[in-house]
Amino acid sequence: MALSNVVETPASGFNFENVSRNVALDGLLEGGHAKAPKPMKTGTTIAGVVCKDGVVLGADTRATSGEVVADKMCAKIHYISPNMYCCGAGTAADTEKTTDLLSSNLTIFSMTSGRNPRVVMAVNILQDMLFRYRGQIGASLILGGVDCTGNHLYTVGPYGSIDNVPYLAMGSGDLAALGILEDRFKPNMELEDAKELVRDAIHSGIMSDLGSGNNIDICVITKQGVDYIRPYQESEYKDKRQRRYKYRPGTTSILTEKIVPLELEVVQETVQRMDTA
Amino acid sequence: MDSQIKGVSTGTTILAVTFNGGVIIGSDSRASIGGYYVSSKTINKLIQVHDRIFCCIAGSLADAQAVTKAAKFQISFHSIQMESPPLVKAAASVLKELCYNNKEELQAGFITAGWDRKKGPQVYTVALGGMLLSQPFTIGGSGSTYIYGYADAKYKPDMSKEECLQFATNALALAMGRDNVSGGVAHLVVITEEGVEHVVIPGDKLPKFHNE
Repeated sequence: MALSNVVETPASGFNFENVSRNVALDGLLEGGHAKAPKPMKTGTTIAGVVCKDGVVLGADTRATSGEVVADKMCAKIHYISPNMYCCGAGTAADTEKTTDLLSSNLTIFSMTSGRNPRVVMAVNILQDMLFRYRGQIGASLILGGVDCTGNHLYTVGPYGSIDNVPYLAMGSGDLAALGILEDRFKPNMELEDAKELVRDAIHSGIMSDLGSGNNIDICVITKQGVDYIRPYQESEYKDKRQRRYKYRPGTTSILTEKIVPLELEVVQETVQRMDTA
Repeated sequence: MDSQIKGVSTGTTILAVTFNGGVIIGSDSRASIGGYYVSSKTINKLIQVHDRIFCCIAGSLADAQAVTKAAKFQISFHSIQMESPPLVKAAASVLKELCYNNKEELQAGFITAGWDRKKGPQVYTVALGGMLLSQPFTIGGSGSTYIYGYADAKYKPDMSKEECLQFATNALALAMGRDNVSGGVAHLVVITEEGVEHVVIPGDKLPKFHNE
């Protein structure tokens, strides 16, 4: 194939070199009353809608690690190419890396071929990669973009299944968001209506799902360009710090001060001419 | 067995029936996760692998899409090398090879149907482990268990296109009515020497039977 250099097939199978090390580490930590940190998952609500002029993607901004909110302003809408963005749900590292890899491959492709990448190509690359890893990469993705063939929205599951749809929600809050979308989606909506619909869908996910929360990000992709509004709406429950946590110099008093100069002696000096011709 | 499928599965009803001059291939459009959540109401299970050859998928959606992608490429390449349209049997064999050689990892079954110049309309089943079987008509998927009786009683060889369409529509409607993981709309594709015709019947326009 002409462009087989774009996506390189790695050595077959998984690299299991670290399995025995991890098992040993787990055992060590257990003895010390500590547990290995759980992978950061984005218990999430992400949604996408195809409208008349383009595609609107939305996401919440909470990333959880077990029961703790690890990141209150996590960016779940990832850049793929100037005309494509991808929302990711599932394991944060997996979605981050998978979309990064896709973005790099598409950039190389557009440089070598001189063509703008199409959404369907990005989807095919994602499908090939995720299917090859048989579900071990926990990434559920919503890929949306605008290209010469129109406005597209695709869902890619962690096992490598794809579907082309006009509206979509994924993540732990998907059922709540889908309720809003099912009720109010109409084909060929106006851009402002679509933005409101996505905002309401994500808001519903945030309210009804424990794994989603904080702010709402919206990304609008049209033929003219991309409008990544982060945050589109801030959470009403943003905490306000009660006090300042910065201390002015002099808060801690200095009792004694001892300065010990380091004795250095010049032993040898060489000058090397740099050739700047 | 279907509930062991990880990820999105097409618990499904698929069928293919030959008639006088062509073949009709049909499916429902529901994809579910774990048999309790419908992840898509409009999934496409009728994949065109060549001009006059279609394939319907059952089982794990990811596995089926990957296999049909590979099969589409191989069939297309084979057709270019042979400088003639592929035989339906060749297309079915390609799928069978993929399923049999990877039987440990894959969980997908197929029905291949189409028309070629040598033998006319044909239907082939490729089962889960890679068995290839040629039949005048066949039904598959989880919903097929509810319509074996109907299919056996009502099938006649050498039907006309309208009779065959009615038979296929009724069979799909009956299966979708009883199987919880089949549903949505009924997709039917009529393949003849002249070309390919796609018929979509929305859920509320399907034939209704006595208890609905």
